[in-house]
Amino acid sequence: MNKILIIAEHDGKTLSPSTAKCVSCAMAFGGDIDIAVLGQGTGDVAAQAASIAGVHAVIQIDAAHLEAPLSVNHANEIVALASGYSHLLGPSSTYGKDLMPRVAALLGSNQVSDIMEVMGPYQMKRPVYAGNAIVNVTAPEGVTLVGTVRVASWPAASEGGGAEVRQAEPAAGPCADSAWIGLESGGGERPDLQTAGIVVSGGRALGSKENFELIYTLADQLGAGVGASRAAVDAGYVPNDMQVGQTGKIIAPDVYFAIGISGAIQHITGIKDAGTIVAINKDPDAPIFEIADIGLVGDLFNIVPELKSQLG
Amino acid sequence: MNYTAPEREIMEYDVVVVGAGPAGLACALRLKQKRDDLMVAVIEKGAEIGAHILSGAVIEPGPLNDLLPDWRDNPPPVCVDVTGDELWYLKKAGRTRLPTPPQQNNHGNVIVSLGALCQWLATHAENAGVDIFPGFAAADVRYREDGGVGGVIIGDMGVDIDGEPKDTYVQGIEIHAQVTVLAEGCRGHLSKRLIRKFKLDADSDPQTYGIGMKELWQLPEGRVQPGKVQHTMGWPLDKDIYGGSFIYHLDNDRLAIGFVCGLDYADPDFVPFEAFQQLKHHPMIRELLEGGEIVSSGARAITEGGFQSLPRVEMPGAVLIGDAAGTLNVPKIKGTHQAMKCGMLAADHIAGADAAEGFDQCLRDSEVVAELHKVRNIRPGFQKGMWKGLVTAAIETLTGGRLKRTLTNHADHSALRRASEFEAPDRGWVERDLPPRDRLASVYFAATEHDEDQPIHLQITEPEVCTTRCGIEYGHPCTRFCPANVYEMVEETDGLRLQINASNCVHCKTCDIKDPYQVINWVTPEGASGPNYQNM
Amino acid sequence: MKILVGIKRVVDYNVRIRVKGDGSGIETDGVKMSINPFDEIALEEALRTKEAGKADEVIVFSAGDDACQQQLRTGLAMGADRAVQIQCDQPLQPLTAARAMLALAQREEAGLVILGKQAIDDDNNQTPQMLAALWGRPQATFASSVDLQDGKARVIREVDAGLETIEVNLPAVISVDLRLNEPRFVKLPEIMKAKRKPLEVIGLEELGVSVENNLAVSDYTPPPTRSKGIVVDDTGQLVSELKNRGLI
Repeated sequence: MNKILIIAEHDGKTLSPSTAKCVSCAMAFGGDIDIAVLGQGTGDVAAQAASIAGVHAVIQIDAAHLEAPLSVNHANEIVALASGYSHLLGPSSTYGKDLMPRVAALLGSNQVSDIMEVMGPYQMKRPVYAGNAIVNVTAPEGVTLVGTVRVASWPAASEGGGAEVRQAEPAAGPCADSAWIGLESGGGERPDLQTAGIVVSGGRALGSKENFELIYTLADQLGAGVGASRAAVDAGYVPNDMQVGQTGKIIAPDVYFAIGISGAIQHITGIKDAGTIVAINKDPDAPIFEIADIGLVGDLFNIVPELKSQLG
Repeated sequence: MNYTAPEREIMEYDVVVVGAGPAGLACALRLKQKRDDLMVAVIEKGAEIGAHILSGAVIEPGPLNDLLPDWRDNPPPVCVDVTGDELWYLKKAGRTRLPTPPQQNNHGNVIVSLGALCQWLATHAENAGVDIFPGFAAADVRYREDGGVGGVIIGDMGVDIDGEPKDTYVQGIEIHAQVTVLAEGCRGHLSKRLIRKFKLDADSDPQTYGIGMKELWQLPEGRVQPGKVQHTMGWPLDKDIYGGSFIYHLDNDRLAIGFVCGLDYADPDFVPFEAFQQLKHHPMIRELLEGGEIVSSGARAITEGGFQSLPRVEMPGAVLIGDAAGTLNVPKIKGTHQAMKCGMLAADHIAGADAAEGFDQCLRDSEVVAELHKVRNIRPGFQKGMWKGLVTAAIETLTGGRLKRTLTNHADHSALRRASEFEAPDRGWVERDLPPRDRLASVYFAATEHDEDQPIHLQITEPEVCTTRCGIEYGHPCTRFCPANVYEMVEETDGLRLQINASNCVHCKTCDIKDPYQVINWVTPEGASGPNYQNM
Repeated sequence: MKILVGIKRVVDYNVRIRVKGDGSGIETDGVKMSINPFDEIALEEALRTKEAGKADEVIVFSAGDDACQQQLRTGLAMGADRAVQIQCDQPLQPLTAARAMLALAQREEAGLVILGKQAIDDDNNQTPQMLAALWGRPQATFASSVDLQDGKARVIREVDAGLETIEVNLPAVISVDLRLNEPRFVKLPEIMKAKRKPLEVIGLEELGVSVENNLAVSDYTPPPTRSKGIVVDDTGQLVSELKNRGLI
């Protein structure tokens, strides 16, 4: 019988949605699912973890030196808890990516990164070559499987659980060789293009720098990041750090609005892993419509204002 | 550049070869074979050997046998013996098999990937002690005190789009050499400059060219017949555009398919890329390609002028070899054996004379030129259209080129007719659905890459021409003859603007050749930029 | 102080990746191979650190067969002092790679190991963390800024929430992210000099490394292609569709 330990990600007050996604992945492996919450004063977080359906127990370890998400300290705790678990899973976030390999090596184990599908207790799929190929990975039975869960590939497990929350003492003291100094949140009013959940992008069809206001205001209404095609950058409508595509940024938002963008393959390369692609273009033969999940043929100068007022 | 650079660092060699194609590499290797004491360097602008070269290619192995007698024991990776030749005349939906002309009899020849062959040759050259430097562009000529050529200047790297140095700026070094061998291939930019400077073409006809486009396809198992060589003429071209296709069956279910158009076409609206895509939709070809996938694609101009257009190939301190001079044999549709022979000839000459002087006579007396002389009237015969061309070709073939006449070549860029004076015939082109969808999609398969923050390497010497005269006279043909969609005329609120998508460029040189005003000057971008052809 | 930089020979980032028909891997025939782009950034950082007088020697190493000597020579041409090839004919999975790196780091008494955060072929993003764990030393991953002072490294890391600053005592392992620096171009004369710099070949057994490649990787498939979705008639329908899918 599998026993799976998920390492929760949180900011001290709120559990990250990535944890519920790890639970879905764990359920695909099957077995008892526990969640470890490491930090300081994490009672609320532990309670949120306990309310995820399918969770057996939440182990809460509070200590001053665990407040900062330093993997040198967190790894020691996970290693101390590890015995008895067949699978140790973390999210494929920067926290999980930093932490889990350290855990794996301390346990003498290999690790499977970015699990996107589970076919059996030791059989998974993951992306390689920047997602240009998917491979099967078979891990050895009887060895603790350490892995990170590709968050974009899993739904969040539902609410309604009632797991018990257990307090535990930290197994180790602070590592003297690492110190956490501070965190500077991604500044600016608009979400960063690379990590935004929604991105609105404009193409050359906008026609001018001034017309790009349409894109900016729609994005602000949606709380979205803003991008552009290479043609729009070349035409001088926007600075080049907004370029999305093969020679610009490769992004994977949950929703991508391509407005007045023809959809040349060089642009598509930058958004191939986006969740839902919405295309607005007046040319019905534009290649973007071949891969858009939702397409609307029409003049963006009419549609975008309509969209803004209806989203109002 | 506004930045005043300190004096360049210098590296000294006995011979520097510009371009790691078959001519350059054969020359370098032969030099070391003959005179191991010589220090020889080869400079190549592609990120690796083979990155910028493509060809059908069916080659005559003669020069290879000469250069590397045991080459068959360890052949280049793509090497398929020819099993049969077919020549087809195509109509929109029909085809007629024609007898294979003697020049196209490929018995004893091999189908190779020219890129893979060059990588293989480069390994031999390096083992023989040649220093090969891919990823570096020879951007300028270095002149000696006496005005002769004394080497090359490597292009600066890390320069931004306005010509200012970036943090990564590295000044290009000077390579000093006793003899500089220009092996840049068709319409090499340094060759172009030197031909003009030393008036090397004063006594020859203008060079003429074709554009060659190629795709490498991976096909469903069992469909390819390794070693089969097919050529077509006719549809989708009309009788007034010279050209045709090649289809070479390789191993591992791979197919090399390509199309060549003479650049002396008159129709200002003609799109060579489109003609290639149309060809693929002919029933005979479509059934080959359906269900396959494109692995790689690209384009390169080729020289077609032959004997009459061959310039003087020597100047003080330097020689031109291969297609930098123009040694390709058009009726055979082969240039590689000529390029290699020419390169080896140059090596033998330099090994003996330690100088460029005398190479021109040497080449004129050689098999390379004799071969060109024999077929010199065939391609020009097509200036009057396909049927007259075929008649001329038949006569010249039967008489072995021994008739006294030599037909004249004319510059391709002057062949374009004004939009108002030309009516294109209905070529019977069809709706198409095979990939690639358009030129941008095709460029994707060329894996061409240029840092966008660098000076634009397509220099327009008179930009007003583009937005004034050209629109009226020719309708911006650059937006059509470029196979990579580099040139676009963008409608803006205050008029038309020429948009140059320099990073799409596949270094084919067609624009430099075909632009009717001759205002486009192709120069080398930053070293290692450009296509990354694999097995092409 | 000695800095060790690990580099990996990978399929060039520009190559159009194609999965082999039999699913055994991706097409590598005739394909261009290069130094992993993140590793170039790591090497650049090491070279700048030495040029700033904070290190005495930069040693570049790679685990692989003789083909990786091409990448090691490029590393030497960029400015590394010495190269080491850890000879092995099979690719090493991260745990084994980390063990090999540990053996080398201990042999050299390295003060700092700088690695690319991940290789663009396997995309594992594990080896630097594993090395740090086995070494019992701290790690600073996804670095976008590195400042070495008095035996410590102050590193700014790119994390999901923004930029995090940590400080670690040396020796330590740093893994680098894209924005840390822009690697220098190789200069022609340096390529010639690199041919004369030492390149040592050493085997896994010599380093005392046991191979633990126990993850079986198989059945390469291309990713699912995106296909045409629905076309709506007007803005109103677009908004409904977005709301129904819970996207806005």
